[in-house]
Amino acid sequence: MTATIVPIALALFSLSLLLNLYRLLRGPDIIDRILGLDTLNINAIAVIVLGGIYVDSSLIFEAALLIALMGFVSTVAMTKYLVRGDVIE
Amino acid sequence: MMEDSLALPLWLDALIATLFLGGAVVALLGSIGLARMPDFYMRLHGPTKASTLGVGATLMGSMIWFAVGHPGLSVQEILITVFLFATAPVSAHMMARAALHRRVTCRERTHGEPWDEMDRLRGYTESSSSSDSQR
Repeated sequence: MTATIVPIALALFSLSLLLNLYRLLRGPDIIDRILGLDTLNINAIAVIVLGGIYVDSSLIFEAALLIALMGFVSTVAMTKYLVRGDVIE
Repeated sequence: MMEDSLALPLWLDALIATLFLGGAVVALLGSIGLARMPDFYMRLHGPTKASTLGVGATLMGSMIWFAVGHPGLSVQEILITVFLFATAPVSAHMMARAALHRRVTCRERTHGEPWDEMDRLRGYTESSSSSDSQR
């Protein structure tokens, strides 16, 4: 059952990645683009985990952990730049 | 490729499949909300709640999958889940604060204007425009 569900879940997550890309390209304000990029990061983690299950290897999960870390740090840095005008003051 | 799935009992297989499919549907709903909502403050609701729940359900299904079919316990999913659940509210709060600071326009029918409250806070009075001097 799982072997048939995993490609369907991958297709649904890819569709949500496309919707996030639409918001990232079209967002009226820059904060919309930041929100789209943050959601793109979170959905990419799920795509990487499902891909690791699909090829049956857990080696790829360090990349998911790294993307989670970098996505949070970059989102905080961009919003802090927008609010304060500087990242590290 | 995925021949280990035959060794799982049926209820565990059904549980993992339900977690994957439910997580994918919930994350898709959050992304549809991100793409379709008319306003930034409404758009912030969709991905920050639904997408976190969807990715959390997917990671939980992956945790069960690798705990049952493989020797040893995989710690990476627990790390990713804890990190994601700890940082998603923080980043949503930072984005909402940046949007309020930039005075991103909201819809006409929104009740109240939060920028007046922002002007009363210390640290925002220097950079804001002259709406405080009138009251």
